[in-house]
Amino acid sequence: MLLLPYSLTVCYPVSAIEYVFTGPRIKIPLQYLVEIENSIRKCPAQNQMQFPSGYGLHPQNYIAPSGHYAQGPGKMTSLPLDSQRGDYYSGLYTVPTQNVVTPNTAGQQPGAQQMYGRVLPAPHMAGSALGSFPGATSSASHVHMSASVNHHNSPAVGAANSSVASQGFPSTCGHYAMSTVSNAAYPRVSYSSPPAGDPYGQQMFTSQNAPPVRPIRDNSFSGQNTAISHPSPLPPPPPQQYHQEQSLSGYSTLSWSASGLPSTQDNLLRNHTGSLATANNNPTSPVADSLSSSVMQNVQPPVSSPVVSTVLSGASSARTPAAACHPAEPAASVTQPSELFQQKEMSSAHRERTVPEDRHHGGPELNEGMQYGDYVNNQASSAPTPLSSTSDDEEEEEEDEEAGVDSSSTTSSASPGPNSYDALEGGSYPDMLSSSASSPAPDPAPESDPTSAPAPAAPQPSKVAKPFGYGYPALQPGYQNAAAPPGSGPPSASPVYSGFQQYAQQYPGLNQLSSGLGGLSLQSAPQPESLRPVNLTQDRNVLPVTPVWAPVPNLNLDLRKLNCSPDSFRCTLTSIPQTQALLNKAKLPLGLLLHPFRDLTQLPVITSNTIVRCRSCRTYINPFVSFIDQRRWKCNLCYRVNDVPEEFMYNPLTRSYGEPHKRPEVQNSTVEFIASSDYMLRPPQPAVYLFVLDVSHNAVEAGYLTILCQSLLENLDKLPGDSRTRIGFLTFDSTIHFYDLQEGLSQPQMLIVSEIDDVFLPTPDSLLVNLHESKELIKDLLNALPTMFTNTRETHSALGPALQAAFKLMSPTGGRVSVFQTQLPSLGAGLLQSREDPNQRSSTKVVQHLGPATDFYKKLALDCSGQQTAVDLFLLSSQYSDLASLACMSKYSAGCIYYYPSFHCTHNPSQAEKLQKDLRRYLTRKIGFEAVMRIRCTKGLSMHTFHGNFFVRSTDLLSLANINPDAGFAVQLSIEESLTDTSLVCFQTALLYTSSKGERRIRVHTLCLPVVSSLADVYAGVDVQAAICLLANMAVDRSVSSSLSDARDALVNAVVDSLSAYGSTISNLQHSALIAPSSLKLFPLYVLALLKQKAFRTGTSTRLDDRVYAMCQIKCQPLVHLMKMIHPNLYRIDRLTDEGAIHVNDRVVPQPPLQKLSAEKLTREGAFLMDCGSVFYIWIGKSCDNNFIEDVLGCPNFASIPQKMTHLPELDTLSSERARSFITWLRDNRPLSPVLHVVKDESPAKTEFFQHLIEDRTEAAFSYYEFLLHIQQQICK
Amino acid sequence: MHQNYGFRLFKVDHNSRHAAPRRRGRRAPVSWDQGLSGRVGVRQPVLRKKRRRRRRRRRRMEVVVFVFSLLDCCALIFLSVYFIITLSDLECDYINARSCCSKLNKWVIPELIGHAIVTVLMLISLHWFIFLLNLPVATWNIYRFIMVPSGNMGVFDPTEIHNRGQLKSHMKEAMIKLGFHLLCFFMYLYSMILALIND
Repeated sequence: MLLLPYSLTVCYPVSAIEYVFTGPRIKIPLQYLVEIENSIRKCPAQNQMQFPSGYGLHPQNYIAPSGHYAQGPGKMTSLPLDSQRGDYYSGLYTVPTQNVVTPNTAGQQPGAQQMYGRVLPAPHMAGSALGSFPGATSSASHVHMSASVNHHNSPAVGAANSSVASQGFPSTCGHYAMSTVSNAAYPRVSYSSPPAGDPYGQQMFTSQNAPPVRPIRDNSFSGQNTAISHPSPLPPPPPQQYHQEQSLSGYSTLSWSASGLPSTQDNLLRNHTGSLATANNNPTSPVADSLSSSVMQNVQPPVSSPVVSTVLSGASSARTPAAACHPAEPAASVTQPSELFQQKEMSSAHRERTVPEDRHHGGPELNEGMQYGDYVNNQASSAPTPLSSTSDDEEEEEEDEEAGVDSSSTTSSASPGPNSYDALEGGSYPDMLSSSASSPAPDPAPESDPTSAPAPAAPQPSKVAKPFGYGYPALQPGYQNAAAPPGSGPPSASPVYSGFQQYAQQYPGLNQLSSGLGGLSLQSAPQPESLRPVNLTQDRNVLPVTPVWAPVPNLNLDLRKLNCSPDSFRCTLTSIPQTQALLNKAKLPLGLLLHPFRDLTQLPVITSNTIVRCRSCRTYINPFVSFIDQRRWKCNLCYRVNDVPEEFMYNPLTRSYGEPHKRPEVQNSTVEFIASSDYMLRPPQPAVYLFVLDVSHNAVEAGYLTILCQSLLENLDKLPGDSRTRIGFLTFDSTIHFYDLQEGLSQPQMLIVSEIDDVFLPTPDSLLVNLHESKELIKDLLNALPTMFTNTRETHSALGPALQAAFKLMSPTGGRVSVFQTQLPSLGAGLLQSREDPNQRSSTKVVQHLGPATDFYKKLALDCSGQQTAVDLFLLSSQYSDLASLACMSKYSAGCIYYYPSFHCTHNPSQAEKLQKDLRRYLTRKIGFEAVMRIRCTKGLSMHTFHGNFFVRSTDLLSLANINPDAGFAVQLSIEESLTDTSLVCFQTALLYTSSKGERRIRVHTLCLPVVSSLADVYAGVDVQAAICLLANMAVDRSVSSSLSDARDALVNAVVDSLSAYGSTISNLQHSALIAPSSLKLFPLYVLALLKQKAFRTGTSTRLDDRVYAMCQIKCQPLVHLMKMIHPNLYRIDRLTDEGAIHVNDRVVPQPPLQKLSAEKLTREGAFLMDCGSVFYIWIGKSCDNNFIEDVLGCPNFASIPQKMTHLPELDTLSSERARSFITWLRDNRPLSPVLHVVKDESPAKTEFFQHLIEDRTEAAFSYYEFLLHIQQQICK
Repeated sequence: MHQNYGFRLFKVDHNSRHAAPRRRGRRAPVSWDQGLSGRVGVRQPVLRKKRRRRRRRRRRMEVVVFVFSLLDCCALIFLSVYFIITLSDLECDYINARSCCSKLNKWVIPELIGHAIVTVLMLISLHWFIFLLNLPVATWNIYRFIMVPSGNMGVFDPTEIHNRGQLKSHMKEAMIKLGFHLLCFFMYLYSMILALIND
């Protein structure tokens, strides 16, 4: 109850004061701080200042803008949590010099990490906290100031951490890891760290968590520090870094001192910060990571030293007081927090009790602590609640209570839901809290502050040196509730709550904590970089020399470590905007790109009688849930509290009991369950393959049968399946031929059905036969097939009836139908007319007939899908075959489409080779049958459009008759409800399938992303590749439903809108220039590439089938392959060196730099390799070095290179070795094995090559520079 | 002529069969003249009756028109409710998209025809306001039906219905139609009662 007023008061001040950073003991007027921030933002040069969200820049930081600082701030801005962390840190950091005491810092590092998470937000938080504090205790400025200072410091620390993270230094990770380790030791601690990681979206959590965490952290830190000192060399090396960090911490320390917190505590805090700083420093050095990790481990052992904990408690108390704003009070408050912690701990019955107990001892306010703890537990999210005010509803039981408190502390809305979120996200935070329990008082305060502070984000820091408050400031909006801190008593309690929550969360989120810390640092790092304004018209080399990697979500390290691999699961915005309004402002598409059935080298497979799922939303348990205590966990999607089943208490990996958070399900975001019979509607089906082959004159002429039969013969034993595997063949021209392969026959019998209007099966049983029992007959048939129809005169093709027959054949079991078609179907149902007008191929106006001509194939596909049958189409045609209509049979039955234009086995050997390789992959790759995929997302988000090959059976359920490792999917999202209550959102895809061995399995991927409230953060988190792929999918839909020109306009508008929206956020910058954030600098280039892609280009002669095929590819290719299709990679390969080479399977693979796709990069003296996904081109310049031609191509000189060369000879020379290993490496794991074309300069084939140089002008399209000018013009309109 | 007048009359009398009609025929014009000359009160009742008959017919027609419209409107309301229920079933996953769409597509043409009939009826019965009110909705129905892409399985396509918020827009459309039909229902009811009273 008390908390409520506090939070309210705090909130107000916080909002008023955004960025407050005080140097050690230096109070800076809020305005001044704000100005600083602004200046930072405005001046790219001032990287330090870059933090978009008023990162509370510490005066010190300003003063000494060390590189770290700069980084730190950037990160800080991004992460509100950081501020909270900062609070924690502040406690830790109180003595900047102490930071120097790096060895100790190791222990502190975890805390620091936690801090980081919070720290990042801290600037904001600090600001908010300060604001809140000042507001709360305007009169008691001194006390408040001190508190605020602490907050500020903590934010600074967070910033430092964040900065480190932003730098992407492994060391930060290490810190995080440390935190995680500590978490393990002290579950709560770890949690706290995750919240720190959260800084972006989940700052609140972190902040809230952070306060409680601090104490825990302290303990853990101390322990960790010791451990760290031993294990990690990093701490020592980073002295400079330490200093920088110290400066950050110095703020906190200053604040602490100001607050009058126990110096020891402060010192401890500082030490932590210092450690953090060191950690940050470490990150810079690659070693740092390892160190950090080692530290982490070490940290665990040290765990919490009682003394430290006590100190922490003092610190925490100070922090809590910070909320109260009175240094003297802090102690009491601290005690309270400790109590709270204890209570929490009690409730959770977790390891961290000891620490909390210490805290409890310190504080008489056990009751409050208890309450807090409850809150924490229930609302782990509630601590963050300020943010998550809305989220509360979900958590029904305990959450309510906690929520009530939290909400009170936070703002009105902050309810259990948010808490739960926080807990989830900041699961680590709770841990932190627990750890902080030792320094409980501060924690609570921080929480309260954070709630208030986070929203204001940073402005206040300078004013108040409140140690407690620091943590709060770190907390962003969610924390704002906590802002109340000025009202020492209640706020402190609230922080405590958060701490408790963190504890609760910690169990699940120990890892999260550490990750959170790491994430914070990392996040902060990317932000500055990703937000760096780039003048596109001036910067001509936007393309990096190394492949573009997916941006890392701005999460704490623990969470980041746990997060799903970007290869399987990517989101276009790695920071989810809080509201739809914000998303609309950003003008960027929001969606997911999935590659769920990817071939994985490492996949935890879990066999368990009970698969733990949320009772209400059926979410599978995942690393981002929060454990309220050992017996209950809170769903991270719907916030319902569920029981942990008895079986789940036992961990088969460690053979220990009572550690549900260490189960593999909770340690891995990608897991596979072996499903029980509950997940079966019928016994698992066997693998069934049916081949439907066109044997009309056209097909025989093309000669694909030879290749197919050969491939099948070779791979017959490798077909995925078990002893039940069945196979069948069916050929058709104007009639349908069935093959009776029943065991016992001396040779295959052909049964001809000429009644194509009403197809029937001549025999019911023996057409699909067991592969193993009838292998000889099958081999006979495959050997005979290519020659059986050589003299056919039949030119008609009755594809429709043949498909109907196939459907009848397959419907009892389901399986895979592979259709080989070479021409337009001309008989029976589903016959098609030629719709293409060759004269319109290069039309710049309307491109018609992109949609199907008939619904026959769609209906058939849906029937097949209903019977668990997928139809894969191989179209090998030399003329128009209306792929737009035929593709429907695969699109809606979850099949795949292969298209070989101008296929002929002898006239077009490259296509023949391609078919052969594709078939090899196709026949032997993994396959899943009767699959369904469900995508779930956190309450408030909804999916509205799906892209890929499947049938949407209900709102979030995709029916996939087959699933193969090469299938990609895209989903568009919208934000239905504001996400203000939560700092993290999660997405989960669950793919239920029957393996070829007849096992029912569920593959679950879970992705966790932060929620952000500022436009700058949204831009900082853009994943430009994912965005482009989603846009391409949307554009395909638009082309079909509307028109191609509409789709093209929409693509251009996407760039214009997003860049102009960004431009409006960075006022004062040159209006004449085309400015893009660094994260979006490739956006115009990729869009131009899309416009020049076969699917969307106009003005260049494009056959309709080619265009439609490109569209099909866009729809169903996973992101990695699609990106190569859109924007090929160009390498210079005549000077390959081993510099930077990587080692794969004992082979040295050179890594040449990427080149711009422009003819200006092609020198006549060079040889270039272009990787277009499905095709490789090697372009040989006219005056290319003869040595290269000789060594690699095996020809004496340029003139003797053959026109059609598709292989590199295996020559025993170094350069040949390098070139081949590089190409082999590029080829690995492509769904479509690329065909190599050697293109001589001057050969006619070079147009193919040159049309991929998308930065150059063509007669029909802009050059890149012209395109930029065009965009600029559009923006200025 | 005058002298023979009586004779003629006599003659006429003798040929009563022929005469009677003639007299009547003559009288009628006379009466017409008389009526025109001033005896309006006497002659108008006849006209009124005719007009009344016409009006009655018209009113009866009107009643019939509105009763029919009312029934048709009821059917359309039920159809809208059916659409809404089916769509919300789909939304809640009680039925799958395929069966939902095949159910709904069956009723798209009946709905279109039902509404077109009312609209045409209103045009014929010269109720301009109601006609204009119905016109946009009828046009939309027809437009929607015509604009279905060739590859789609009808206005409701199971493969598309979950995409791009189509389900929601269909739902919205059904809701709006329900509201519209309810409005029409009460208008028809009022008009019908009015017509009955006037009868």
